[in-house]
Amino acid sequence: MLDRRKLLLGSAALALSGCKVFDSATDRDSALRNLFASHEGLTRAAQRAVIGDRLAPEFSEADIRQGQRPNGSVNPDGAEYRRMAGTGFRDYRLTVTGLVDRPQSLSLANLTALPSRTQITRHDCVEGWSCIAKWQGVPLGTVLKLAQPRLAARYAVFQCFDAIERSLSGEVFYYESIDLIDAFHPQTILAYGMNGAPLPVANGAPLRLRVERQLGYKMAKYVHTIELVDNLAALGSGNGSYWADRGYEWYAGI
Amino acid sequence: MPQGPLVYRQRLPTRITHWLWAVSLFFLMLTGLQIFNAHPSLHIGKEAGFDYDNAILTIDAVEKDGALRGVTRVFGAEFDTTGFLGASNGEARAFLAALTIPSKPSLATGRVIHFFFAWVLVGTMAVWLAASALNGHLRQLLPTRADLRALPRDIADHARLRFHLSAEYTVLQKLAYASVLFVALPLMILTGLSMSPGFNAAAPWLPDLFQGRQTARTIHFLTMVALVGFFAVHMAMILLAGPLNEMRSILTGWYRTEEGKDA
Repeated sequence: MLDRRKLLLGSAALALSGCKVFDSATDRDSALRNLFASHEGLTRAAQRAVIGDRLAPEFSEADIRQGQRPNGSVNPDGAEYRRMAGTGFRDYRLTVTGLVDRPQSLSLANLTALPSRTQITRHDCVEGWSCIAKWQGVPLGTVLKLAQPRLAARYAVFQCFDAIERSLSGEVFYYESIDLIDAFHPQTILAYGMNGAPLPVANGAPLRLRVERQLGYKMAKYVHTIELVDNLAALGSGNGSYWADRGYEWYAGI
Repeated sequence: MPQGPLVYRQRLPTRITHWLWAVSLFFLMLTGLQIFNAHPSLHIGKEAGFDYDNAILTIDAVEKDGALRGVTRVFGAEFDTTGFLGASNGEARAFLAALTIPSKPSLATGRVIHFFFAWVLVGTMAVWLAASALNGHLRQLLPTRADLRALPRDIADHARLRFHLSAEYTVLQKLAYASVLFVALPLMILTGLSMSPGFNAAAPWLPDLFQGRQTARTIHFLTMVALVGFFAVHMAMILLAGPLNEMRSILTGWYRTEEGKDA
């Protein structure tokens, strides 16, 4: 209740400011918001047209000047995750399911035995900062091919161990999705190594997604399940990702 | 009041694009400050230094004697900016509520509105460039050699607030408008695109051109400051040169010139 009162008092103070008139745009159901949000389709179409299958810029070892700044969840506290972290993720399994002919359950050993890709890339957070790090992992396309996607599959959905929020209806675990254009891009990897060491817990151990041509929030950490689907309506509130359900763009190329 | 003949100075595409810019830049600036508030520092380089310092500007809130103070650091010099930058209305936020759209912190909403008007700006640029190339407005803007020779006199006249109301722009007007349209706005678009991880794949040379994504972000911000400076001078000139005549000109195209000038 106190928070609610603070919020009301805060709103009253803000009402004095000039730009309050556009605050209705924060309401995701308002016509104003929908008008402004119409840019997303145009942005995606335009970017896809000019980018094609080109690679994100890669950097040199000399460009790695600091550790990778962790953001969002940095230490999931679920019992299952804690138990696995305590034993070096020995019994971790990545599940690949959904619209596939051969569902997979892969251990870290299975994943590291597959051909890997190492890339030094720049991580751009939606907040505005960037950080350069070296990522090692297995191309997502390689893992998806093992599972043999069906023709109907259009999106890869990532389910994660980190509960980023606790609501009345229970814990909300991080979820994210990308389309198969990005899923099969050569730089899209499931990373298990960072800056020459195993992926730290703060950065998403044991496995995180790297989608180098989009913003940081697309790169789900603590991934345990990849599901191929033909639409995103059933996921969260239907916008395709945890942050898309909270007003951010699903396509985060800008 | 000038008593000379009325001249038709700005054509319809010039007037319409002028107002589209005015509206777009208003939203782009205030949503830009909202976006900036999510990471209120500016850096030089490819990345933001966390384990090392490459910031030229940081805006923080610090607790001091039980009160929230805004602290702004520019090139190492520290200023107390409570009420305006860092902390305002008892809240920790870089730019105060009155300068952001929406007024409350919402990075997602700021981004959605910012990119909407970024498209409006780019579309307006394209229409303006095509129309101006066809109707001769581009030539109206580019200073001639005679203009440049008249530059010292024009500066002296402006300094004495002696304005020449003629059908043609004066050389300082030409230089001001041309540097906004051919330097500042393209720079805004290019530094903006440099920050897009998607567009970086299409044009990796673009962030390199600006010496890294974070430097591009800093230039994006500084160009905004320059545009605010242009806006302030633009408003002052309108007020000093005769606001009714100037407004009529940018709304209807018709401009009252001085007697005996460019009739």
